[in-house]
Amino acid sequence: HLATSLPLPSERDHLRPRIDLIVFMIDIKSKYSLKNVEASLAHVDASFFLGKVCFLVTGVGRMNYCSVEMNAVWKLGEVYGSPVLFCELELEGIRVATAQRLLRMLQICAGHVPGVSALSFGSLMRNSVDD
Amino acid sequence: MDETVAEYIRRTVLKIPRDEIKSMLQKWGFLSEKQLQTINFHQIKENVSQDVVQLCEANSADIKQAAVLDIIYNHIYPNKRVWSVYQMNKTGEETEIFDLTDFKKKFKRQLQSALKNVTISFREYEDNAIWIRIAWGTPYKKPNQYKTSYVVYHSQTPYVFISASVLKSNLPLLCQALVLASNYHDIREMELRSHSLNSLKDIVFKRYSQNFQTYHPRPLQERNVAPESTDVRIIQENRNEKERIQRVNREVFGDGPQPKLEFAQYKLETMFKSDPKMDVLDKKEPFRCLVKFYSPHLLESLKALAPAGIADAPLSPLLTCIPQKARNYFKIREKKGLFPGSFVSP
Repeated sequence: HLATSLPLPSERDHLRPRIDLIVFMIDIKSKYSLKNVEASLAHVDASFFLGKVCFLVTGVGRMNYCSVEMNAVWKLGEVYGSPVLFCELELEGIRVATAQRLLRMLQICAGHVPGVSALSFGSLMRNSVDD
Repeated sequence: MDETVAEYIRRTVLKIPRDEIKSMLQKWGFLSEKQLQTINFHQIKENVSQDVVQLCEANSADIKQAAVLDIIYNHIYPNKRVWSVYQMNKTGEETEIFDLTDFKKKFKRQLQSALKNVTISFREYEDNAIWIRIAWGTPYKKPNQYKTSYVVYHSQTPYVFISASVLKSNLPLLCQALVLASNYHDIREMELRSHSLNSLKDIVFKRYSQNFQTYHPRPLQERNVAPESTDVRIIQENRNEKERIQRVNREVFGDGPQPKLEFAQYKLETMFKSDPKMDVLDKKEPFRCLVKFYSPHLLESLKALAPAGIADAPLSPLLTCIPQKARNYFKIREKKGLFPGSFVSP
């Protein structure tokens, strides 16, 4: 399900399945996209932040057009206790690899991987970054 | 042949892209087909231009013929210049039949009586467009062939497109000559400027696709917008909003390509509205500010703003009124009276 911001339109509530993972996409070229994500975070139920939220920063192949403070992005990940991933959508290889990572995360969050919970995976990701 | 003419022809040929030189010389018609066949158009441009100059020498070219080649070049590549649009007015209903010879005679006479040294050349094209090339001199100096003004006049319309060049002081004289030669009463500048001559024509002749006001408050049921992705596993949560934006955009901009403008300029002479506690300006006078939008294709980028999520739809009418009002230079002043606000001056 793609959305431009949160909250989601209520008229489609009855058509929506359970949400297992929320990926917030921040375009490094657009300050507006960071603001939009920050505003949308306020509408997310606290339970999602136990491993079911992740930030995806796109456009990292073009750092010369960077409009977003990287510190702000790291801070966001820290404050909300969620992992920050980076990718460049214009390169097919990276796009595919990122999609596979997200899919794997989604499988864990949906409970399809025995022995690994969203929370344990989330803390694993966080700890590896701090190292 | 005059050395200055030879140099001028050489420089004009050098401006032409190599693959186009032959066809442009053919359009010019000054050199015969046999002569053209003696030129090797595959050598470097420097040599091609030398060959052309030699042949022109053989035919004793003068500045008048060289000027025609320049007109042909500018007619094919008008976008290298900046064009301003002017509108002529006549009071009264007389519709006189346009007489081309009379126009040319009067125009030449006007300019030549004021400035003895001017080179004036005319060329007519199929769409009733008269192209006029003017090289300006002074009573004491020969015309400078490199500082030329161009005028494109569509005789069936009151519109004139002028590419003035650096010698702005000659503009009033040029305008006066146009008015008198075409039997109008006056001329005014329309505050509409661009590199793209065809787009300017599209705007004033209303040849671009215009939006039609729809009086249906509810959207039509048929889905004209092609689905963004054919994969049924991707669900757009904000599809309704996206479609509203597309609809509003379509209403404002129409379906077809937009005329090509490179900038829009807004001169603000409005009061600065701030928090009274901030007290930024002691004096209550208008805050002068100039806002300029640049783009390789301004109207298309404005059209793309709302669908890209960068701006809300509908856009400010100050931006979207540009083709309808046929202007891209605006002065915005305070509206005087009971309701403070701003209005666009005519």
